[in-house]
Amino acid sequence: MTAVLARPEAGAPAVARRGGTAWVPTVALLVGAAYCIIPTLWILIASTKTKTELFSTATYLPSLGLAENVVELSQYQSGIFWRWMLNSFLYAAVGGVVASAISAATGYALAKYAFRGRELLFNTILAGVLLPQIVLAIPQYLLLSSVGLTDSYLGVLLPQLFNPYGIYLCRIYAAAAVPDTLLEAGRLDGASEFQLFRTVGLRLMGPGLVTVFLLQFIAIWNNFLLPFVMLTSEEKFPLTVGLYGLLRHGAAEASLYSLVIAGTLLSIIPVVALFLSLQRHWRIDLVTGAIR
Amino acid sequence: MAVAPARGVPAGAPRRRGSALPYVLVAPAVLLFLGFVVAPAGYALVLSVQSRKVSGGLLGTGTTMVFSGLANYQAVLGDVELWRSALRMLLVAAIAIPGTVGLALLFALMLDVPRTRLARFSRLAIFVPYAVPGVIATLMWGFLYLPATSPIGGDSIDFFSPVGVFGSVANIAVWGAAGFNMIVIFTALRALPPEIYEAARLDGCSELQMALRIKVPLVRPAVVMCSLFSALAALQLFNEPNTLRPLSNAISSTWVPLMKIYNDAFVDADLPRAAATSVVFTVIALGVSFVAARLIQRRVAG
Repeated sequence: MTAVLARPEAGAPAVARRGGTAWVPTVALLVGAAYCIIPTLWILIASTKTKTELFSTATYLPSLGLAENVVELSQYQSGIFWRWMLNSFLYAAVGGVVASAISAATGYALAKYAFRGRELLFNTILAGVLLPQIVLAIPQYLLLSSVGLTDSYLGVLLPQLFNPYGIYLCRIYAAAAVPDTLLEAGRLDGASEFQLFRTVGLRLMGPGLVTVFLLQFIAIWNNFLLPFVMLTSEEKFPLTVGLYGLLRHGAAEASLYSLVIAGTLLSIIPVVALFLSLQRHWRIDLVTGAIR
Repeated sequence: MAVAPARGVPAGAPRRRGSALPYVLVAPAVLLFLGFVVAPAGYALVLSVQSRKVSGGLLGTGTTMVFSGLANYQAVLGDVELWRSALRMLLVAAIAIPGTVGLALLFALMLDVPRTRLARFSRLAIFVPYAVPGVIATLMWGFLYLPATSPIGGDSIDFFSPVGVFGSVANIAVWGAAGFNMIVIFTALRALPPEIYEAARLDGCSELQMALRIKVPLVRPAVVMCSLFSALAALQLFNEPNTLRPLSNAISSTWVPLMKIYNDAFVDADLPRAAATSVVFTVIALGVSFVAARLIQRRVAG
């Protein structure tokens, strides 16, 4: 009895060691992990093969061509691959930071002020969450082409700064994390409303904002259709569009496949590394808590 | 604290301190919303009721836009290929949505079983595909499917057969999304108070019974939300089939609705028609997600 009561929360490491291993879930999860890792593992092995080996040797047999492939990819069109990598980071980082700042300001205002049009604005944003953003990509292209903004960095960045889901999360988070009493105390001390937003609001919303930033960073990093329709100059492409173009050329010239494979490998490494290093700052409970 | 609208007060001189701040804070989002959601949608509506008219002559040909009423909509709704593309999207969704949510729930429940080993490693490995763009994921799976390079039996199994291709596309979507949804459901499981399991444990309830009878009903809101997000993702299906296209001719240039719209706009250069298709598709997409959201609200509340 006492043993049961003294038990900390299920799954805490101390408990996990008591008794034998739960084999069914352990094995099932490892199968799931293998399913998720094997494509990456194969890309790693395939990128070590030279052009001729790619189609001739046993698929899981690594070779020694990795350096050669990377060098050749780096030289392809005088290093355009690294330009794409830089562009992807630029779009995702700048877009992520600005979109999070706008979401924070809007979410804070919606949570902490009663103002005319608030309900209308909030309901519109909720509808925006349900509207698949990507169906707007082609209308956005049509509109931006009439003002000459297509094939520019702004044409890719601007449409991704409005993030209804981010605003929604920020409103929930501001309502929960920024106490009204603290704001009232600040007002009595003579702080201006803007000072309160900057010093109290933004500071307390910090942990939630990291999550909003990461979600938007990944969304922009993963986006394909918008840059695909907006851009025609290769030097402005993000990785997704650049590698897709390389694959299209590869359909006619199979020797490019080994470059596509090396590029795929190199494109995965940095973002997965970024991701793993930031994973402690994720607040995914925000994503679920928000809907309840 | 109600803030009076600043009507009649000269800009820059708010009479009451702070009364303008909420408007300032929401202004960027409102401007972006107007510029990149309302204006494109409005522009698409305007384009969709026009037609190109080719004016020929000795001095060369040019096209002018003329008002054509609902002619584009008639053509779009009567276009069999659009409905076929919608059907193909639904077939992929019918595999991908239950696949993603089912695997996510299964993995989350298993992570939550006390004596599971290597859980941290598995959790991370299953989550990582979320950071891989759909195009890159499709490149990887594409080479795994391709008979010439396949390490998973692509020379004997045809991953691009008329039927198999739906499973192949859905598999890429599941691979990319299951991990994120797993974490969402797992986080919801972790938020449940541990006391609720005590009575069940004392009654000799097995882990399986606890999972099915206690945990699944309690995390239903999270599961339902994952289903809604997966359905929204399915509507936007474009990256996976479009990237597989250079590798296989099983996928046509109008395989799913978004590819059809892209094709109308950029291959056939028929912007009014692409605009009309976009409008129809957006209305249907919004309709589907509103109905889904209402159903979900009712089920969660009830």
